[in-house]
Amino acid sequence: MVSVADSRRQEILAWLDEVKDPEVPVLSIRELGVLRDVEVSGNEVVVVMTPTYSGCPAMHAMEADVVTTLARHGVPNARVKTVYSPAWTTDWMSDAAKAKLAAYGIAPPGRVESDDLVPLRRRAPVECPYCHSVNTIVRSEFGSTACKAILFCNGCRQPFELFKAI
Amino acid sequence: MSRESGIGNRGSKGKANDPSATLGTGAETGTGNSGSADDWVPGARPATATSGIAENAFFEYLLRLADDRLVLGHRLSEWCGHAPILEEDIALANIALDLIGQASMLLKLAGETEGKGRDEDALAYFRDAIEFRNVQLVELPNGDFAVTIVRQFLFDAWDVLVLERLTGASNQALAGIAAKALKEAKYHLRHTAEWVRMLGDGTPESHARAQRALDDLWPYAAELFLADAVDAEAVASGSGVDFGSLRPQWQRTVDQVLGEATLTIPKEGFAPRGGRTGRHTEHLGRMLADMQSLARAHPGATW
Repeated sequence: MVSVADSRRQEILAWLDEVKDPEVPVLSIRELGVLRDVEVSGNEVVVVMTPTYSGCPAMHAMEADVVTTLARHGVPNARVKTVYSPAWTTDWMSDAAKAKLAAYGIAPPGRVESDDLVPLRRRAPVECPYCHSVNTIVRSEFGSTACKAILFCNGCRQPFELFKAI
Repeated sequence: MSRESGIGNRGSKGKANDPSATLGTGAETGTGNSGSADDWVPGARPATATSGIAENAFFEYLLRLADDRLVLGHRLSEWCGHAPILEEDIALANIALDLIGQASMLLKLAGETEGKGRDEDALAYFRDAIEFRNVQLVELPNGDFAVTIVRQFLFDAWDVLVLERLTGASNQALAGIAAKALKEAKYHLRHTAEWVRMLGDGTPESHARAQRALDDLWPYAAELFLADAVDAEAVASGSGVDFGSLRPQWQRTVDQVLGEATLTIPKEGFAPRGGRTGRHTEHLGRMLADMQSLARAHPGATW
């Protein structure tokens, strides 16, 4: 049997699919794994979120978007609770979400690898999201946002971004 | 820099951000604080029935973990717009952002542990140099790119080990922060280790600069492995790291990478210490004057 609170929770989770990562606007916070849960208790709604990176500035924007989106759906009193555990990982991203990233021009993250000291440039080749060549090189292990690295495709002579696997 | 100013700006606003509330007026705690700035020096605070030694020690311990990150993060942020190549400008700014984000989480937890109404902003911007608990290594000026990279490598190799241990901390909040930070620290270490190899095993000029940086910084690394009663208490409570025990594993990583980099490990000699109890080089005060000036000129300002 589905309780009233649970159906309310599902409804709110569906609304929150409207909130996108401002830096990666094809992914919702749910697909990104940043949205962890919604706790409904009476009239109180608490949205549980976890940051991608410790200092990710986009988190502020996503939290503000959560509150305004729910207000638009008639939930004026939503609160955001930040949790750090379990730590966010790109392994939470579904294959469908990874396909969206690739279609947007960002190479999706591979599986999180073991913690050795092998630098990114010596790891398995990354496929270019534009021409699918694997003749690509790492230009910079850090990119325009905390979650991305910068690569270059020798096939189509285009720079592209890689969503870092962590 | 907006990165520093962003400390804890998702935290609560208002009273806790108001320095008049954090200057020990007693309004927050009602425990009869004297109201003097001495209340800020945790070591000098008398133990009371309500703030038992365990909380004091844990607060102090969290400051040590947080201040290493805050100070090093600020130092790295000074490179923004000045790094030798664009990719490294971005890399150093990203590493700075991670470290300052970690510092923000740890300072928030420290403020909650202290229970005097100080939030992460109050702790970052309204403590003076003598109240900072970072090791001296992280406060040293950036020098050239080799100095910054070697310093970062020596720190990262230690940081990964510290965070690995802390993921098992009995304090769940600290364990959660450590697990998050560990992923970032591993990425940093991979990057800085690769740069140490490239600089050391590069041109005669890059080799000479990397070796000089290593010679200058090596004595300061020793402080990373010192421990006192505060650390011992944290270890006994199940939320600490026995820093001394990390040295052999750290040494293996460092030996391996420096060997590949064709760099020579300096001989052990005099090792500066004192950062953990507030004795710092002259450089920290100047750095803080820059880092804290905006917050102190406009206390409580938000945007």
